[in-house]
Amino acid sequence: MLKVSKSPWLLHYDGSSCNGCDIEVLACLTPLYDVERFGIINTGNPKHADIFLITGGINKQNESVVKQIYSQMPNPKVVVAVGICACNGGVFKDCYNIMGGVDKVIPVDIYVPGCAARPESIMDGVVKAIALLDEKRKSVGKEAAE
Amino acid sequence: MSTRSVVPFGPQHPVLPEPIHLDLVLEDEKVVEAVPSIGFIHRGLESLVGKKDFNDYTYIAERICGICSFMHGMSYCEAVEHIMNIEIPERAKYLRTIWCELSRLHSHLLWLGLLADGFGFESLFMQSWRLRENILDMVEASTGGRLISSVNKIGGQLKDVPNDMIRGFVAKLKDMEKDIREMTDTFLNDYTVNSRLRGVGILTKQQALDLGAVGPFMRASGIALDTRKRGYAAYSNIELEPITSDIGDCYARTYVRIQEIFQSIDIIRQAAEKIPDGEVAVPVKGFPSGEYFMRVEQPRGEAIYYVKANGTKFLDRFRVRTPTFANLPGMLETLKGCQLADVPMMILTIDPCISCTER
Repeated sequence: MLKVSKSPWLLHYDGSSCNGCDIEVLACLTPLYDVERFGIINTGNPKHADIFLITGGINKQNESVVKQIYSQMPNPKVVVAVGICACNGGVFKDCYNIMGGVDKVIPVDIYVPGCAARPESIMDGVVKAIALLDEKRKSVGKEAAE
Repeated sequence: MSTRSVVPFGPQHPVLPEPIHLDLVLEDEKVVEAVPSIGFIHRGLESLVGKKDFNDYTYIAERICGICSFMHGMSYCEAVEHIMNIEIPERAKYLRTIWCELSRLHSHLLWLGLLADGFGFESLFMQSWRLRENILDMVEASTGGRLISSVNKIGGQLKDVPNDMIRGFVAKLKDMEKDIREMTDTFLNDYTVNSRLRGVGILTKQQALDLGAVGPFMRASGIALDTRKRGYAAYSNIELEPITSDIGDCYARTYVRIQEIFQSIDIIRQAAEKIPDGEVAVPVKGFPSGEYFMRVEQPRGEAIYYVKANGTKFLDRFRVRTPTFANLPGMLETLKGCQLADVPMMILTIDPCISCTER
């Protein structure tokens, strides 16, 4: 059995956000917050990733990119929408080319609110994602057995 | 014989946290042309002036970019204040100066980290981000937010900062200076780091002028221009000299930004000595009518804000020319003829902020 939950790898993508949440995602990886102590590693390769951290309200041009990254990630995978823009569009909801939330494009499992989302809440979201990843892994195993 | 090939770079890539796409045309390992395509973060913020009234728009302006958030909000407010002929209290001007310099400090430390990560020196990346957290603690203590501070309003500041706290910042920065110097000495003196930065991506003074480069990217090519010398906020009472270098390579750009870190610490010290007591905001009545160009020096260079108001609560037009946009032609010029492995260095040393550029 794969022990994914022991060391989940993150993929971070900026889906039309203001950069604030992205910087906070990176801040999680650095010495003060240091998510690496949970075995979490930031990767640039979708095919290595278990958890997809996505920020921003997704604009039209980013839509296909996000879908593509999501489809490249192997199952089981968890999507965490970081920041209020990723949850429902936030202050950019009225903008003409903002889709208004990540869940309009790909299925989202965990919502992390905040503008910008604080590193503590991002870590909370990722820890919840790890638990969900475990559940999903079991169901993937069952499907394979059947 | 060399063969031409095109390597797509981005939009999802490990160099920056933000998406940008470049088609790199290669001859063997050498880049002959770079064709950018942008628009992955375009949100259409400027059009929101028709939907949000001019006071609320301050919060939208702050969210143009999460790194220079304070400066975007401040510049928008100053532009509207100029149109409405509002003279803000002296204390508010000094607070703006202090927060601007704290933003510059955290932005430059962030950039140094990304640069270290770009050439694969991970412990140096961790070090500079560790130091950056101290700056963010100061921002959080004084404004309440780590990145998006939301302390600007038209007519002054929403929050006052106790004098004790400002003096505390100066003392803390003085302590940090030694740590920062230790860390930046690695950038400037380490043999391996030098081999990645020296002589790479040279932009001559003439090219910088012709291509309209701004900020540290321009100053590293020997042009001594700094918009802070124009004296917005309280900068007219602050002594500062633009930091320049005449080499124009990646090393020079790193050098200029590192010296600007110490310059910012000095500016905060000067501002803390001169800050007067008093109110931090004046009441604002009526609606703006007229237009104004506001120029500020952001960590990445000069940003220009154009505000046109028509006497109602909605503005006619708001336009931002951001420093990264002005630096893109220069960056594309330096990319020509470089090695593929140096591409991340070229892109990083203009300190690109795609969120600002595309809004």
